[in-house]
Amino acid sequence: MPITPDEVEYVANLARLELTEEEKERFAGQLDAILQYMEKLNELDTSGVEPLVHGIAGRQATRPDRVEESLPRDEALANAPEKSEGCFRVPRIIE
Amino acid sequence: MHYEPVIGLETHAELLTASKLWCGCSIRFGRPPNTQTCPVCLGMPGTLPVLNERALELALRAALALGCRINRPTSFDRKNYYYPDLPKNYQISQNYCNLGEDGRLEIPVNGEVRAVGISNVHLEEDAGKNLHVDYPGADYSLVDLNRAGTPLLEIVTAPDMRAVEEAVSFMQTLRRLLLYTEVSDCKMQEGSLRFEASISMRPAGTNRLGPRVEIKNLNSIKAVTAALEYEVRRQSRLLQDGGEVKQETRLWDEERGRSARMRTKEEAHDYRYFPDPDLLPVAIGDALLDRVRATVPELPLARRERFIAEHGLSDYNASVLTDSKELADYFEGCLQHHEAPESIANWLLNVVLGQINQRDISIREFELGPERLAELVRLMDEGAINQQAARDVMEKMVKTGKTAGALVKELGLEQIGDESDLAPLIEQVIEENPGPVKDYLGGKQAAVGPLVGQVMRLSRGKADPKLANRMLREKLEAMK
Repeated sequence: MPITPDEVEYVANLARLELTEEEKERFAGQLDAILQYMEKLNELDTSGVEPLVHGIAGRQATRPDRVEESLPRDEALANAPEKSEGCFRVPRIIE
Repeated sequence: MHYEPVIGLETHAELLTASKLWCGCSIRFGRPPNTQTCPVCLGMPGTLPVLNERALELALRAALALGCRINRPTSFDRKNYYYPDLPKNYQISQNYCNLGEDGRLEIPVNGEVRAVGISNVHLEEDAGKNLHVDYPGADYSLVDLNRAGTPLLEIVTAPDMRAVEEAVSFMQTLRRLLLYTEVSDCKMQEGSLRFEASISMRPAGTNRLGPRVEIKNLNSIKAVTAALEYEVRRQSRLLQDGGEVKQETRLWDEERGRSARMRTKEEAHDYRYFPDPDLLPVAIGDALLDRVRATVPELPLARRERFIAEHGLSDYNASVLTDSKELADYFEGCLQHHEAPESIANWLLNVVLGQINQRDISIREFELGPERLAELVRLMDEGAINQQAARDVMEKMVKTGKTAGALVKELGLEQIGDESDLAPLIEQVIEENPGPVKDYLGGKQAAVGPLVGQVMRLSRGKADPKLANRMLREKLEAMK
């Protein structure tokens, strides 16, 4: 089933991307090609094969539960476009 | 038609760690905003999260206590959504291979035990906090990221609960389990324990699941209870009037006691989970599993049953004593020094609990350890001192740090338990209280009470009240 421009718009909206009509059309075609290519994998019989979670063989490293120094607040906020009262300042949130 | 609710709960419990899930920032509560952050929890590009092993162990302990099957290895996924308190625009959570699955929690409901299915138990990071500004005309909100990355345990039930009371019992039982296993401090006022409920209604006795309403912003067991009761009424009324319940998310307004549809248009739960490419699967070897399994304590319900069977306690006493692990441990600690479960239980419940509650301290902070309290109760059981004297001795033990035995001697409190010592006092009381004596002789049995009181007063609390009671009755009967 080919990807439609509506689906592209839906996904773009979830990712907070604004696309033009022309882009939606173009990306629909491109995404479709990618998904069709991936479909090829379904031709293989993978019954009895453990799903692979990660491309690297290995296990997650852990660390002891020790408190380390945090950033000074000025540094933490240094990249914020807007700040006040020691906080990141964002457009008013409505729930 | 009669409708019954179908209720499921999601519980978030903050884990008792010192640092965050993926970085070393402190999770201390109540610090100035944005002073506990670093490149990892701020979501800076190019950082690499590293798992807190304590958080893994605590989550594992809870999953085992809830009877879950453990996925080995387990793995982490990204849950994608946009919100100002989520710096990376995704939350590291678990979706495809949760730490624990298919568990159960037994809860008491109206004197019976019911099992509620646990769909899964998983680890995730908390978001930051949005601070709503209420200056007039303020068109912005503030974000504090101290909490971002705090380790959370999420416990998801199956839609197994059929009444609001069952949901209440589940929350209380789960809270006690998390406290018992020392997985979370469950301080609701600090947000360490939070709930989300989902509820649908269906004609009683049918199996169909109706449209589900999710309720958020529930900060206490009381709030969940009120919100569920409200929702049962709202949905029942809608259905009875021939209407339909819409699948939606509602926010609970505690002040007004009602819920309202969330105004933000959520793209209904399309979180586009995918395995986090920065994180490898987490190994859970036999050694780790065995070590954690050994730290799962006897759970409250099992302990209560054992207290009844092994120590012969009443259902009520066993319930109160096993309500907290510290108290149950303290009780059993006392038994090691004085094997009298009933009198220890009574003293703990009637005297000690009252005192520590009044002082607003925990049993752990109570000055008298189990051994010292056991000695006091033993002196009382042996008849060396009476209850009132024991209360005074306990107070002095707390103040002076002396033992019960030493204080009893020092204060001259040894009970007068000898008939010959008590006899003169009995005589005196009968002589000085003609009123009650006349009442008793006239057939009013209860009149002996004030007379016993007088004996106690004259002996300055040292008389054995049971003996005084018997001797008074004998003497009065002889006067009839």
